[in-house]
Amino acid sequence: MKLVFEKSMPGHASVILPPLDVEKKALPENLSRGRLPRLPELSETEVSRHYTELVHEVYGVNSGFYPLGSCTMKYNPRIDEEIAALPSFTGIHPLAPQEATEGCRKVLEEAADLLEEISGMDAMTFQPAAGAHGEFTGVLLIKQYHDARGDEKRRKIIVPDSAHGTNPATAAMCGYEVVNIASAPDGCVDLDALKAALGEDTAGLMLTNPNTVGLFDPNILEITRLVHEAGGLCYYDGANLNAIMGHVRPGDMGFDCVHMNLHKTFATPHGGGGPGAGAVGCKAFLAPYLPKSALMDGGEGIQVRGFAGNFLVVLKALTYILTLGKEGIPQASETAVLNANYLMKGVKEVFTPAFDRICMHEFVLDLSDYKKATGVSALDVAKRLIDYGIHPPTMYFPLIVHEALMLEPTETESRETLDQVAEIFRKVKEDGIREPELLHTAPHNATIGRPDEVAAARNPILKAEL
Amino acid sequence: MGHYLPSTEKERAEMLKAIGLNSVRELYRDVPDCVYREQPLNLPEGKSEMEISACLKQLGEMNKQYRLILCGAGAYDHYIPSIVKYIPAKEEFLTAYTPYQAEISQGILQSIFEYQTMICELTGMDVSNASVYDGATAAAEGCTMCRSKKRSVTLVSAAAHPDVIATIRTYCYGVNAEMKLVPAKDGATDLNALKEMLTQDVASVYFAQPNFFGLFEDAEGIIAAAHDAGAMVVMGCNPIALGLMKTPGELGADVAVGEGQPLGMPLSYGGPYLGFMATTKKNMRSLPGRIVGETKDAAGNRAFVLSLQAREQHIRREKASSNICSNEALCALTAGLYLTVMGPNGLQETAQQCLSKAHYLAEELEKTGGVKLPYTGEFFHEFVTVQPQRDEILKKLEEAGILGGLPLGEDRILWCVTEKASKKELDEVVRLVKEVLA
Repeated sequence: MKLVFEKSMPGHASVILPPLDVEKKALPENLSRGRLPRLPELSETEVSRHYTELVHEVYGVNSGFYPLGSCTMKYNPRIDEEIAALPSFTGIHPLAPQEATEGCRKVLEEAADLLEEISGMDAMTFQPAAGAHGEFTGVLLIKQYHDARGDEKRRKIIVPDSAHGTNPATAAMCGYEVVNIASAPDGCVDLDALKAALGEDTAGLMLTNPNTVGLFDPNILEITRLVHEAGGLCYYDGANLNAIMGHVRPGDMGFDCVHMNLHKTFATPHGGGGPGAGAVGCKAFLAPYLPKSALMDGGEGIQVRGFAGNFLVVLKALTYILTLGKEGIPQASETAVLNANYLMKGVKEVFTPAFDRICMHEFVLDLSDYKKATGVSALDVAKRLIDYGIHPPTMYFPLIVHEALMLEPTETESRETLDQVAEIFRKVKEDGIREPELLHTAPHNATIGRPDEVAAARNPILKAEL
Repeated sequence: MGHYLPSTEKERAEMLKAIGLNSVRELYRDVPDCVYREQPLNLPEGKSEMEISACLKQLGEMNKQYRLILCGAGAYDHYIPSIVKYIPAKEEFLTAYTPYQAEISQGILQSIFEYQTMICELTGMDVSNASVYDGATAAAEGCTMCRSKKRSVTLVSAAAHPDVIATIRTYCYGVNAEMKLVPAKDGATDLNALKEMLTQDVASVYFAQPNFFGLFEDAEGIIAAAHDAGAMVVMGCNPIALGLMKTPGELGADVAVGEGQPLGMPLSYGGPYLGFMATTKKNMRSLPGRIVGETKDAAGNRAFVLSLQAREQHIRREKASSNICSNEALCALTAGLYLTVMGPNGLQETAQQCLSKAHYLAEELEKTGGVKLPYTGEFFHEFVTVQPQRDEILKKLEEAGILGGLPLGEDRILWCVTEKASKKELDEVVRLVKEVLA
């Protein structure tokens, strides 16, 4: 497909601004750029057609089944978008006087109240703009807490080896040494490994529960107790919160702070990679350390982003929570868990689950045996699924499962879809046995075949030649 | 209550039975009894779409919408072309995840590649990433890029945006690195003070162009001083101003960052916004976050992929250049779209109108005799005034449905004028100010 620059025709343009109605002020030569930026020149028709061409090559939640494990690709309600597009919200300047921004502040307050109830926390911030940004904020709460007590020896954060890459990366950004602990054979935290890692130098533990293999750790109370006993704090990575809303709360499991991915659990769209929102909740004793805006709130606290965060994302999440309410929130979670188990039952007749037991909202397949038998890898299977019109699951994660495919169907899929998907997995498996080459070279029905990623890394072309 | 489940209670009961269970509690059997909630959460009853629409609209009506906004300070009220609002709302763009599966994500990948190209054009730099959260985090990540074992101190101009300063300070606190403020003099970075602070342990200097007070800094002087001392330069830029002003590339900055909100994103009480980041080829591999690259598929077709992933958290974990995963992809798409609609001449014209209208208001205010401009430096579309009746002036404008500038200190106002203000409206502002002064 042509780049927008390749469609550019000198002189094509839209008339957006009226003529300047005051005297033209010239910027002094020494401050001026040498030449105009080489932006594309297109009429509005051409702009519209270009982006329509692009949108035809994007697969969204509205396009079909999107079981990207750990990403909670549930349906994104249109009403949430409509509310977030109201000029009474989009037109509000963050620095307008208090009395002019009452509605926006009420949105943040209400969203905080509801999310505190759902997570079992006492205070919230919406400044973090994404999950990883929430992690950074949460671990900085832990750091400030230890610092305020003069407890300088606590220099280590414990992270299970099944964790998302953002967890160790976050701990490093907060100046901590990362202690990776191996998971037990059942995919959960190995209590002995945890005990061995804990000590006077432990600042805290970062944990996802349900974990990344889709299991709720039955020892969770013992885990948080041990960390607290050693003087550390417990951070809850809310990536998998969609499994448990209304059934069990991180705050009741012993966690001191959490982040929630509003763009996963609370149905706000992911926009092809953001904007998200990583709302962070904490217990009352950590509340004094929550970030503030130097300009909006004054003070000397930490700050992780400008102003109050991705406000419109919070507004969409609030719309969603208020729509579902006290009955709908737990029902969403239990249906997500039900759908995952129902799909696992269908798919496990085809491929082997890494952990064959009742799962939470997602489960992991281990394709090592299939690969041994056919030479067809998890990657090949994932790419072949594209030919059947579904988005591939998360591949090669978590790292503790070889040839992993991680499936998270979410609650917004019907039984018919789940039955069809199990059938597609069966067909793909048979394709691989019959004709391995067909899978090695998949996909065949997409607009491009497999891109050469090695060439892309070796000889990076990161912008267009103009 | 509302819900989005494509299944009935009966269907769900059958599915539960199909997996051999009898109750929802059995799905949660690993959750200990003492923490499993038998009681519902204390949340309000759910609502139908019609009820929810009314209830949220009501919240919106509690806000005040101004007919003219003369406040900037990091959030800028520019005109957003109609098409720029509609295209990012297309469901596939809106609902897709990060483009991990290139074969069914070419549209998103290409939009980011085009965005990266446009950011490089705007800034005059070689390489752009796919975006970070906002201008403040872009500045903080930019300073992080420059740090090394030998050089760990970050110098930040006190004339930068207070939220940017606080965010850089927080990122420094994270890794136990030192941040020092370079004092401001006459509303701009004090070059002599900077020179004295440029010791051998300084990794980078951050300044904004134009700065928080709207003034153009002596960018050549700052960059030369930093480079002479072996430090790198992170330059914050207003992307609309880049339609006219000398680029970080031309000036020799090492990293260019900024708040991309002016490129087609509404004010929205602070977000979603867009952090843009670009650097030189030499520093390409220290850029954080996603970067899209061009390559070919097996048949030789042009293809786009997430590239240089060896820098990122999902591969390098604790050794990654940043923990960033989700960014602001849809805002990057919006910015690319805005720049496409405006084109080179439209962007230049927008910058020219901002510059001219801001100067018009500043001059007319000065003519009243009761308002003074404390700084003499060149400015773009923001400027500071000093006046004894500050609060009365802002109140008068407020009553007329106009959001005046941001109050600073005891008696100052930081004004911002964009292309949206007409001469007629600016004349009205001056008339209202005169009424207060009289």
